[in-house]
Amino acid sequence: MTQKTRPTAGETVPTGGISPDKRLEMYRLQVLLRQAEQRAYDLFLENKIKGTSHLSLGQEAVAAGAAAAMRPGDLSFCTYRGHAHTLARGVPVEKVLGELMGRDNGLMRGKGGSMHLTSVEHGVMGSYAIVGAHLPIACGAAWRAQYKGDSDVSVCFFGDGATNIGAFHEALNFAACRKLPVVFVCENNLYMEYTPIADVTAVKHPGGDRAGAYGLERIVIDGNDADVVYLTMVKAFARARAGEGPSLIECLTYRHSGHSRADPAKYRPPGELDRWKERDPVSIYRRRLETQGVAAETLDAIDAEIHRIIDDATKACEAAPSTSADILFTDVYADGGCSWRN
Amino acid sequence: MAQLTYREAVARGIAQEMARDENVVLLGEDVAKAGGVFKATVGLLEQFGPNRVLDTPISEQAILGAAMGAAMTGLRPIAEIMFADFLGVCYDYIANEFPKTRYMTNGQVGCPLVVRCGNGGGARFGAQHSQSVENWCMQFPGLKVVSPSSPVDVVGLLAAAVRDPDPVVFLEHKSLYATKGEVPDGEILDTLGTAKILRPGRDATILALGLMVPRSLQAADVLWAEHGIGCEVIDVRSLVPLDTQCILGSVARTGRVFTVEENPRQLGWGSELVSIIADEAFYDLDGPAVRITTPNIPLPAADALEDLAIPSVNRIVEMIRHSLSA
Ligand SMILES: Cc1ncc(C[n+]2csc(CCOP(=O)(O)OP(=O)(O)O)c2C)c(N)n1
Ligand SMILES: [Mg+2]
Repeated sequence: MTQKTRPTAGETVPTGGISPDKRLEMYRLQVLLRQAEQRAYDLFLENKIKGTSHLSLGQEAVAAGAAAAMRPGDLSFCTYRGHAHTLARGVPVEKVLGELMGRDNGLMRGKGGSMHLTSVEHGVMGSYAIVGAHLPIACGAAWRAQYKGDSDVSVCFFGDGATNIGAFHEALNFAACRKLPVVFVCENNLYMEYTPIADVTAVKHPGGDRAGAYGLERIVIDGNDADVVYLTMVKAFARARAGEGPSLIECLTYRHSGHSRADPAKYRPPGELDRWKERDPVSIYRRRLETQGVAAETLDAIDAEIHRIIDDATKACEAAPSTSADILFTDVYADGGCSWRN
Repeated sequence: MAQLTYREAVARGIAQEMARDENVVLLGEDVAKAGGVFKATVGLLEQFGPNRVLDTPISEQAILGAAMGAAMTGLRPIAEIMFADFLGVCYDYIANEFPKTRYMTNGQVGCPLVVRCGNGGGARFGAQHSQSVENWCMQFPGLKVVSPSSPVDVVGLLAAAVRDPDPVVFLEHKSLYATKGEVPDGEILDTLGTAKILRPGRDATILALGLMVPRSLQAADVLWAEHGIGCEVIDVRSLVPLDTQCILGSVARTGRVFTVEENPRQLGWGSELVSIIADEAFYDLDGPAVRITTPNIPLPAADALEDLAIPSVNRIVEMIRHSLSA
């Protein structure tokens, strides 16, 4: 089996009804995610970030479109590829870069690292490094909302590869039969780790083609178009808040970098990356805004402002002390410590 | 004789067994075309073809379940669970299926398979990709657990695991994949259940596994050079079956024993070994058996913190020195 590598436009394309402010917000978010991830990549090369890291370069439209459709109080559940989703909810860049660098100013002061970004105050309920683990967890959060009559929706982001693990199927069935207010967002970037998803999956659309098995609508969209993502999410949120149950949205997208920092992505067929770069979400969005009459200077000013934010954050992280030894033993148990015996 | 890395030794061991027995097959995520995420299965697809070297979906239960079914009916599967931590998502097979089948069926059905995993810390991967899970596996009667520390042991013990009639969990240390060692040419076959004395010494026995083996050897060098303390360093290699003879023999000679374990303290493999020593060699001991472990914490991601958590050469030296002078 070979994966069709030509970028396909979304099969469902909702249009219209997005305010100019919302559009600028989504542009700003995408630029922020792009520049932050590029900075993270540079910091790796300088060996200031250790360990591993999974970038969302090329996948910004999903995170931006989804976050723009969320309300404060909605909950995000992310994977190890979670920097973008975390930043999109408003977590400061400095906290994210600090965490990646193992600095004291990091989001979890270095205890979690790149794969576990969590910021409860921003609704980021965690980044999970075991594929599939967070789908049932998102169901549980949605179940709480349903039980308590809370209006928040849980959003669970995961990749194409995650659709082949049992937890995906268990969560989808559970959410659908209990009509839980949860939105499952499958970012289909064509690859699991290094293996094309088509080589190991029985259906063409790992998310969309499974939806019917759980009584859900088949939704496959252009994940490189923030407007499409946004509008699809708005509908899914409305459905969830109306008590009509979960949605499963497959977003077609592509990661520009390797799976993780160790991966030069040599397994990609020649030309594939270039074809997807022609459909780069950030450039597409900028062109669209310009066509719609937004002045280039307005957009340049946003780019420059983000650049400053990222530079300031980087400087703050470089100046921050490395994380302090005293937190090694804290927060294992709710009493604050790690002691298990007297 | 060739200089091989630990990761090349994995591929060499698998290739040796696949060439010997057509029933040996390999399956796992990214193991075929990509040659494994740790590059430990490079070249096997090319050598043995896609019917024997399978890329699987991210479906750990299917990987281990299929390995079991194939093993029960005549194949000798080697299944890769990429990071040992992921045994958590397919633990049913480790805990309930593999180890109990022979017993429950009154010997009718065996599970001759090998589960290979990248185990251990040091790579700054954080709490869900760094664990040392020997004790997740060694508690089940019927399951064997092996963890080599050098390339030559990788080849020989892997071959022994493949040929063993029982299910074996084979834990490769992620931080050792890049290390090198001499590996003789030709077939290599080691024996499960044999420990190795890597360094003789009169004053204390150090029992170590995986990445803790090279650290213990370094610590022993320092203890000898700077403090005149002679440590006998034993690479335990195989937890089940366990080479009790070798361990008790050494304790009888030295009178002191230290385990160096990467796992968090509670119920690490060393606790079982120390319990055996307490039972069977109590009167050989001249002082307490001491366990040097990661504390009772999940592993942190930041390099500064991870280095404090996992036993370091320095910590091994200090704890042994302190304990012997007390
Ligand atoms: C249970 C489990 N199996 C395997 C892995 C190793 N792993 C990490 S990411 C990944 C690929 C995931 O692919 P996909 O779901 O498409 O997400 P992407 O990385 O493309 O965003 C794999 C196999 C894991 N973390 N957890
Ligand atoms: Mg993917």
